[in-house]
Order: sequence, then C-alpha cells, then structure tokens
Amino acid sequence: MQEKLKNILYEAQQELSQADNLEELNDIRVRYLGKKGQLTGVLRGMGALSAGERPIIGQLANEVRSQIEDILELRTAEIKEKRKIVQLESERIDVTLPGTSSMMGRRHPLSIVQEEIEEIFLGMGYTIEEGPEIETDFYNFEALNLPKDHPARDMQDSFYINPEVLLRTQTSPVQVRTMERTAPGLPVRIIAPGRVYRRDDDATHSPMFNQVEGLVVDRRVTLADLKGTLQVFVEKMFGPATKTRFRTSFFPFTEPSAEVDISCVMCGGQGCRVCSHSGWLEILGCGMVHPRVLEVSGYNPEEVTGFAFGMGIERITMLKYGIDDLRLLFENDLRFLAQF
Amino acid sequence: MRVSFNWLQEYVDIDVSPAALAGSLTLAGLAVEGMEEPGKGIEKVYTGKILKIDTHPNADKLVICQVALGGEEQTQIVTGATNVRQGQVVPVAIVGAKLAGGLTIKKAKLRGMESRGMLCSGAELGLDPDILPEDQQHGIMILPADTPVGLDVKPLIGLDDVIMELELTPNRGDCMSMLGVAREVAALLKKPLKMPVIQLSEIPPGPEDNVRVDIDDADLCRRYVARLLKNVKIGPSPAWMQQRLRAAGVRPISNVVDVTNYVMMEMGQPMHAFDYNKLKDGHIIVRRAVTGETIVSLDKAERKLAPDMLVITDPGGPVAVAGVMGGLESEVTEDTTAVLLESAYFKPVSVRRTSRDLGLRSESSSRFEKGIDLTGCLRAADRAAALLAQMGAAETVALVVDNYPEPAVEKTVLLRPDRVNWLLDTNLTTAEIGQLLTRLHFTVQEDSSGLLVHVPGYRPDISIEVDLIEEVARLYGYNRVKNTLPTGVITQGARTYAQRLALNIKDFLAGSGFKEVITYSFINTRVFDRLGLPEENPFRNVVKLQNPLSEEQAVMRTLLFPGLLEVLQRNSNRRVKDGAVFELGRVFYPREGELLPEEVQMLAVAVTGSTQGSWNARPVSMDFYYLKGCLETLLAYLGVKDVAYRPAADIRGFHPGRTAIVQAGDVELGVIGELHPDVQENYELSQRVTVLELNFHRLIHVSGTPKKYQPLPKFPGVERDLAVVVRKDIPAQEIIDKIYQAGGAILRDVQVFDIYHGEQFAPDQHSMAFALKFQAADRTLTDEEVAIKTDGIMEALQRDFGAILRK
Repeated sequence: MQEKLKNILYEAQQELSQADNLEELNDIRVRYLGKKGQLTGVLRGMGALSAGERPIIGQLANEVRSQIEDILELRTAEIKEKRKIVQLESERIDVTLPGTSSMMGRRHPLSIVQEEIEEIFLGMGYTIEEGPEIETDFYNFEALNLPKDHPARDMQDSFYINPEVLLRTQTSPVQVRTMERTAPGLPVRIIAPGRVYRRDDDATHSPMFNQVEGLVVDRRVTLADLKGTLQVFVEKMFGPATKTRFRTSFFPFTEPSAEVDISCVMCGGQGCRVCSHSGWLEILGCGMVHPRVLEVSGYNPEEVTGFAFGMGIERITMLKYGIDDLRLLFENDLRFLAQF
Repeated sequence: MRVSFNWLQEYVDIDVSPAALAGSLTLAGLAVEGMEEPGKGIEKVYTGKILKIDTHPNADKLVICQVALGGEEQTQIVTGATNVRQGQVVPVAIVGAKLAGGLTIKKAKLRGMESRGMLCSGAELGLDPDILPEDQQHGIMILPADTPVGLDVKPLIGLDDVIMELELTPNRGDCMSMLGVAREVAALLKKPLKMPVIQLSEIPPGPEDNVRVDIDDADLCRRYVARLLKNVKIGPSPAWMQQRLRAAGVRPISNVVDVTNYVMMEMGQPMHAFDYNKLKDGHIIVRRAVTGETIVSLDKAERKLAPDMLVITDPGGPVAVAGVMGGLESEVTEDTTAVLLESAYFKPVSVRRTSRDLGLRSESSSRFEKGIDLTGCLRAADRAAALLAQMGAAETVALVVDNYPEPAVEKTVLLRPDRVNWLLDTNLTTAEIGQLLTRLHFTVQEDSSGLLVHVPGYRPDISIEVDLIEEVARLYGYNRVKNTLPTGVITQGARTYAQRLALNIKDFLAGSGFKEVITYSFINTRVFDRLGLPEENPFRNVVKLQNPLSEEQAVMRTLLFPGLLEVLQRNSNRRVKDGAVFELGRVFYPREGELLPEEVQMLAVAVTGSTQGSWNARPVSMDFYYLKGCLETLLAYLGVKDVAYRPAADIRGFHPGRTAIVQAGDVELGVIGELHPDVQENYELSQRVTVLELNFHRLIHVSGTPKKYQPLPKFPGVERDLAVVVRKDIPAQEIIDKIYQAGGAILRDVQVFDIYHGEQFAPDQHSMAFALKFQAADRTLTDEEVAIKTDGIMEALQRDFGAILRK
C-alpha cells in the first residue's frame, strides 16, 4: 500500500512536470485527486488494512494529496505566467507611431500676451476696465490735456467719425472715464487693455493695434511707486535679469513723464540689430497723472496723486516671440497662428 | 534736429565723448536717435592748389592737373571734372587715400597719362549733395581760395564732426536751437554756458529810409521786429558758416539767407529777409488774409490764402505767409542792396493751421508751432545784423522797429519743496532743488511758501508747479529715484464675470481645435455686397470713417464673421484649405440721436473643410453638425439652459436649409449656419463654410445657471431603443420634445443614435432611432412600467406625427 502511494506521487510528479497547459493540469488533477481518481481509489482500499496500519497509511495518503496539490498549484501559476508572457509579446505595438490626432487650436499671440500682462497686474491688486473704441474728442484728447490744435495731437493721427467723435487713439480715455465714475473714491488701481487706432500703415505701424493702460490714484502715490511697479512688471514679463531705465519724455496727460527702456531681450544689452545697437528697447510710456487730468476727472490734485502707464501689446508680443514683422500679427495665417 | 558736436563746443566746454553726451541727453528727455560721423573712414585727403591744367592728349573729356600739396610736394592728377580752374583750392585724395563708400585711391593711368590721386567732389567725401551750394552739387568741391595748401581736409569741411540726431518731444521747442541744446548740455555737465556776444555798430538812417510796422491782428502776432540793413553785398557766406549750416542739414545759399538760417539754428528764432527795395514804402502790415488773396511763395508755387491765415503784407498786398514761407516777389536776390530783416512772434496755433492747410512745412513753421521765445525777437535781429556786418555783407542802420503791443509778463511759478519730495519720494533740500533749477537757467528766489521760480521766455512749456518738478526730476535723474510699490488699502485684483467668461470661451475654443484670429474692426462696404445684403438691410447701417486710409478700411464692422471669411480666403489662397477659426471682438451700430455708437461684443466662429486625418483616423468633415456639436458643448460648459435651434430659411448670406437661430429660453443668442453657395463663391472658397455668430453680452446673461447637486441614482436604470419611421420634414427636436413629454418624469435621457434612409421607406420618410433611458430615484423600475411608457411614447408619436414603429 505504501509502495502504491509512493508510486502515485512519483507518477503524478512526472506528469505534472511534463504538462504545459492548464487543461492538462486539470486532467491530471481529476485523474489523481478526483472522486474517481487514483488516490481516492487507494483510500477506498483502506478498509482492508489493520487498525495499526490505517493511521499510518491515512497520514501518508494525506501527505501525498497535499504534495500533489502543492505541485499542481505551482505548475498552474507557472503556466499562467508563461501564457501571459506569450500574450504580452504578441500584443506589442509600435509606440513610435503618432497618436490619434486631435485638432490643434490656439489663442492668438496678442491675446496670450494680453492675458499675461493682465495676470501680472491682477496679482498686484488691479482690476480690468474697458471703454468704448469709438470715443469723443473730449475723452480721447481734451480731458487728457490735449486741447484742439495742440501740437502733440500730431503724434497721433486719428480716424474721425465726425469732428467730435473718433476711433480712440489710445486707451488713456479709460483713465478719465474710470476716475469720473470713481471720484472721489480711492484708491483707483486699474488696467485697461484694448484696441486703439491711428492713421498709420507701414511696415512698423498698423492702423489698428492693442494697448494696455494702467492707472493708480491714491492719497500718496509717487514716482518711486511708478518705477517700482513697472520694475516688477518688467521682471515678471521679461525675466528677473531684465534691467530698466527711465528716460524723460513728454505726454500731455502726465507730468513728470517718462519712457521706459528695458535691456535688450535679444542680446542682453550688448547691442544688436533689434535694439539698433543701443542695448535698450523702448517698451512703454508713463508718468505722474497731470493735475489737470485729475481735476477734470473729479479729484483734487492737491490731495491725491497718481501714476499712469501705457504699453503696446504688439511690441511686447514681438519681443517675446522674436516676431520681426508686425503685419504677421494681423494676417492671421493659420501656419503662423499654429506656432503659439 | 541735427546737432553738430563741434558747433556745440562753441557754447559749452564739453569734456565727455559724443557717445556719453548722447546718453545723458537721452535720459534727460532729448532723445538722441542717431549719431553720424560724416568723416568716418575717410583718410588722406588734403587741400591742394591747382597750379596748371593741360588738355589730355588722348581724351577730350579729361584734363591733366598739376596740383600743389604744400611744401615741395606736387602731383599730377587726371580728372574729368569740368568745374576746375587754375588757382582753385580743392580736396585732393592722394594715393592710398580712403573715401566715402570704401573707395581706395591707387596710382592709375588714364588713357595713357599717369594720375596719382583724385580731386574730390562733396559726395566722394560723404557730403549730401542736397546741402552743398548749387554750383558745387556737381563736380569737384571748391574750397575758399585763401585756404592753406597741404592741410587735412576733414576739419575744414566738417568731417571731423559728430552729428547727433535729436528726436524732440513737442514740449521742447526751445531745443530746436543750438543754444537751447547747449543750455541742456551745460546743465547736465555742470558747465557754464557761453552766449554769443553781439556787437552792433549802426550807421544813421538816410532821409529816404523808412520802416513802419502795423500789426492789425495782434491776436496772431504778438511781436514784430523789423531791422534795416544797407549796403548789402550778396555773395557766399564764409566757409565756417556754410559748414555749420551743412551740419545742421541746411543748404548754404547766400550770405543774407544763410545768416537768417544760421540765427534760426543758433537761437531758435525763425527770420525772414525781405529785399527792402521791393517792399512798398518800407511798410509792413501784419493781418489776416482776405478771401481771394494769393501769393507766389519762394518755391514758385501760387498759394491761395484763406481768411484765417496770417500774412505779412505791404500796401501792395501779401509779401509772406507769416511764419511759413516768404514770397517770391520780395525775395533777396543777387541784386539786393538793402534788406529788411523780420524777427517776429506768430501765434503757434495760427502757424500750425496755416502750414497744415497750405501743406507747407518749413524749418520756420515747425519752430513757431511749438512756441518760440517772445522775449528774444530783437536780440535775434541784432545777432543777424551783427553777423552780416562782421562778414562785411551789410551795414546795420540805426532803424529798427519793434512793434510789441503787449510785452511778455515774466512768468513766476511757486515750487514747494515738500511737493517735490512727495511726488518724487526724495529728500531734497530747498537749496538742492534751487541749485538744480539754477543749472537749468531758471532764476530762483526763496520765499516763505517755497521757491519762486522765474521762467525764461524760451520755456513756454513751463507753467505750473508740476512742470518744474519734472525739471528737478530729470536733472536729478529719474534713475536715482527709488523703486517702491504703492502702499495703502489692499485691493483685490480680479476679473469680472464677463472678463472671465471671455477667457473661458477663448480657452475652450482653442482647446477644441479652433484658432483665435484678430481682424481689423474696419471693413470695406463691399463685404455687404459679397454677403448679398439688400440696400435696406440693417447691417448696412454703419459707422463711417471720415478719413479712412483706404476703401478697405472705410466703415466700422457690424458683423464679425465676414472678417473670418477673409481669413479663410487668405489662407486658402496660400493653400491652407481647411480651417477652424474664431474671434471675440466688437461690432458697431450707429445710434440715432446719440453721440457714440453702440459697441457690442460678438463671438464669431467659422469652419471649412475637414479635420486632419491620420493613419488610424479618418478626417471628419467640419460641417454644420460639427460646428453645432462644438456649440452645444460650449453652451453646456457655460451652463446655458433651454437651448433651442430654430430653423431659419431667410437669413441673407446663409444657406436657407442649413441655418438656425440659436436661442436660450426667450433670448436670441445668434445664428449658426452654412454659408450660402453664392457667398462661398464670392469669397472664392472651394469648400463649404459654416459660421456662427453669437452676441457675447446675451451669452453672459444666460450663462452660469447655478448648479445644484443631484443625488446619484440608487436604483438601476432601464434602457430601451425605439426606432420609428417618420416624415423627413418633421424636425428631430419636435419628436424628441414629444418623447420627453410622453415619457414623463422617469424618462431621463433621449439620444438620437441613428437616421436611416432606405428604399423600403417612402421617399419623404426616414427612420429615426432613439436610445431612451428610464430611471426612478426611489425604486427599481419594472419592465411593465417601462413598457407602458414606451407604448405611450409610440402612441403619441403616431398620433401627432404619423410615426410608425419600425420593427
């Protein structure tokens, strides 16, 4: 009997080691361990054994069963693993083939840069104001200290609708409109982005372009505040290493007035074609709000001061992306737009 | 304004390089836009005297010159120039010399005759022929006969100079003069300013000499100085003066004209010289022109004068347009023997208008326009007289009329030091502020309330305290002012709802494959013709520009999408045939009785062609349903409820069968539709185009329906498909609405999943298949319950639309 059990174990081991699929393993299991299996047959014959032999053989039979079961389990796992490996191998794809394409949309570069500028000032507590693109002469010029026949009007050749109404030449009228609405409330901290129009069309001028105006009015706003604010802006927009310089300039609606240059973003200030070898690039105009503008808008210039600045989004966009032709921005060539 | 570095040195001792000076001027507000070194690269050109001129044995058009170069040195040069004469002193480029444009002179043989060098023209020395005297614009440059021989020619003709090109702001008319710039330079470099000394020696007037000035229109002419010069000998002005005028970009003409130009360049006072003998009775009348009056100006053009133009007249009529240009008739000529010098102040606005209306801009008008020094007219006239006397060109008669009805009152502006320190955030003492202003030649007086600053006549731009603060700031240095950030109440920087929504839409569309474009707000009215809009169509009611640059940009747009069509067209012409673009921008509607038109922000989208396919995906046609799908997703994303698409067959420019009005509840948002084939053809587009134009303001209004959490279903839903055969002309939306209505509360969702046209149906019929989803919040639905509902739905469809269940 013992011999028989050992034989069963030996044969089962042999068969199991040769089996190479799950079906065979199952057959083997049925053949040895099933209700009609060999091991069960042996156990059935136990009745013929003596009381002394029975527990010994019983224990041996159980050991044989559990050994077979262990091997079965092991082989099952092995075969499953092998199958998986074969399956994975057969499922290999070319991962370098391009993926299923989805259409590529893009924001216009001017719109991207405008948002970027907005975000910088939103972060400094400014809100965004808007104003009409078709303006009265009063808001576009007169309230900004540019009476009729002022020579500085030559700086901005305008498109007129009638003698009193024109396409705004700058976003500055939004300053006046905002202050009129807010006065005497303080503080005023706004930016005003938008389209502006000047009667100029050549390689470096577009009859329509985009500006961002900024205005801060409060009880004690200084030129130092203006400088510090624009320094922060320039560093965020063009990188922390960018230097600024302030040049005296003239705008009828600010006094003192300045133009701000940044160290050339192309050459780092060494001098190149883009900066006309000066190392500097002009990017915006600014100044302390002229007392007459404050007064017209309802503030007492003895009590409050303010600063204002204005920049062209096209200029900044061109610098940021290295675009060398202004006209590209308004041609809307889809191959151009796909680059941003 | 061209500023000669050499000339400037006459007024200030400059101890910095031209480049350093340019940097300081730029920061102080006199932007140096360019630097020119006229003699750069020119070497080994000397003065030489032509000793002898012989004909060339082998060439008619060449001559052989023997030229003395100083000492014993002599050389032979063959030239083709026709203006050389024996005894002249000319610039000679010797062998090895370098000329403008990089030319190097070598020994040569010209038709067999040896030539060792070259006689130079102005152009060969880098001079602009336009500013050379007329007789030297062609041919060799002739130097004054007394010029020593063998000298380096560069300093003699101003080629050792550096010219700074100043870009002046409109407020700094005072710097349209050498003295004005010198004043700035002196202030920046902390140097004294050396004013030219005017020494006049006058001869008594003769009995026949008579000068009279009447100012009839004193509102436009605040001062008129007339000074008489006699024994005038017209000739060229001295070399030094010609050289300076050339440096300033002015062509030398004759001594009298050159002096008037010189004084204008030096002092900023435009002057005019009349031939005294051609003026009637020496009588000047300054008045507005009368209708019909004309004048032939110096440029030989007849000018029609308008009644608001100020003219200088004699009793016979106009002799000059005040401040703009002189008249031909009273012009100084070679025969002139007596000159009446005009040095006046004309009102800036008047000169500006007149020069604009006549289309005549001159060095003179550009100075008057910005406001000259009212107090300086007489001094300028004296300076000119003294210069002419000094060069022996005229004698000054002790006959000067200074008609100055209302002499200038000296302007005094109070400057409070604490105000300076407030605005600039500086800690300047009163004394420091005073010193800065004194350096700029303001006279400063300390007072209990601050500094009383006397403003010189040449600074009309300074009128209030803050103007002086800028003066202090720019001389102190903007870049020395601190950098701080505004303090005070903290404010929240945030976009408004509408601003955020605009960005969300742009990002959504960009994320969905559309490219944002920016097109001009002005359009050509031809756009409306291309769209086929009839005359009375409201979109033709536009805001017109009075002075457009071209017909292309003549009116403000009332529709956004035509701009997109142009974009598609332009891209199509460049062989980019497929496109999906959008723009968020304003349109403009005139408003009756209002000064300003209405500006409405619109969202327009246009698609044409198909998406790009790839190895595993077929291209998708970007048609009506493609765009509608995008719109549906967008509106859902924006939280717009109750969206409906109303078929619209009569919108001009659109396909009558493929266009819908987009509505949200009662609010009409806009239109979506395929372009009418005629319009597509007008835009030369090869593929169908579908466009969408929505009113952004209305979209804001209906967007953002508040969202509320709905508990997730606890009980399983039941799905049923329902296919019906129905007439094609029944809109799907009506059928869907009906299904919902009949399905009741437990019908949660209806989707169209198939449309089928087949031969088994009548030609006007098709099959529509719907996927229905039933679900209840409080129980598991029984098959029976659902069957009752689907039967009810079928009944309703049959009753109302004649639909038949498709088995």
